[in-house]
Amino acid sequence: MSDDIKKIMFTVRKAPHGSIYVYEGLEVKLIMAAYDADISVVFMDDGVNALRAGQDTKELGIKGFEATYGVLVDYEIEKVYVDRKSMEDRGMTEADLLVIGEDEDTEEDIRPTIIDADEIAKMMAEQHNIMPF
Amino acid sequence: MKFAVLVYEGPYNHEASDSAYNFINAALEKGHECRGIFFYHDGVYNVTKLMEPPQDDRHIANRWSELGAKGIDIVVCIAAAKRRGIVDDVLVDNVRISGLGQLTMMAIEADKMVVFGD
Repeated sequence: MSDDIKKIMFTVRKAPHGSIYVYEGLEVKLIMAAYDADISVVFMDDGVNALRAGQDTKELGIKGFEATYGVLVDYEIEKVYVDRKSMEDRGMTEADLLVIGEDEDTEEDIRPTIIDADEIAKMMAEQHNIMPF
Repeated sequence: MKFAVLVYEGPYNHEASDSAYNFINAALEKGHECRGIFFYHDGVYNVTKLMEPPQDDRHIANRWSELGAKGIDIVVCIAAAKRRGIVDDVLVDNVRISGLGQLTMMAIEADKMVVFGD
């Protein structure tokens, strides 16, 4: 834990709508990405719903933020993970995941990386700080 | 150890701010350092001088102000505050409004950031 670069992980465990936690959490990520820190984001539990492609918040009367997730990679937030079991429990497959950026070389869409809980636990153990949203 | 504290919930409605306050005092008593306190989400309501709790109850905003007077940097997120009508004029003393960059600095400079709230 003596590295100069701080490893900071964001966890997103709440549903994306119905409260402001996930939205204001996104604002923190975008700001923090501009600083010298090793940022990663993990979506799990109801938080995986924040990564569903095709969200429409019009009928909720609130501003959506799927478009902002679409440019996470442009903000240099590339370490974006999603818990496999949480997705499966909610009937989501890889095809449901929204795009978070485009590969500069191949122009291919980049989607969050699906990982298992034990890998998440390993990553958590390496963090200096974990910020839940 | 150098702690930073992040408070997500408003006062009275939720125990988070009481727990955060107790945590900081206990940490300081044990000789730890507090890099700063950051109020986010509804946590921004913790430090308004407009609150007037009954006299026989704790005054949460004044408690934070007293902690600030001891030299702890207490920051209210400007984006979260503006959304909720919290401006400089309604803040108790020894607390300041600033941006998420301050939270970032706390997260980077503290050994551990402890988060209070749901």
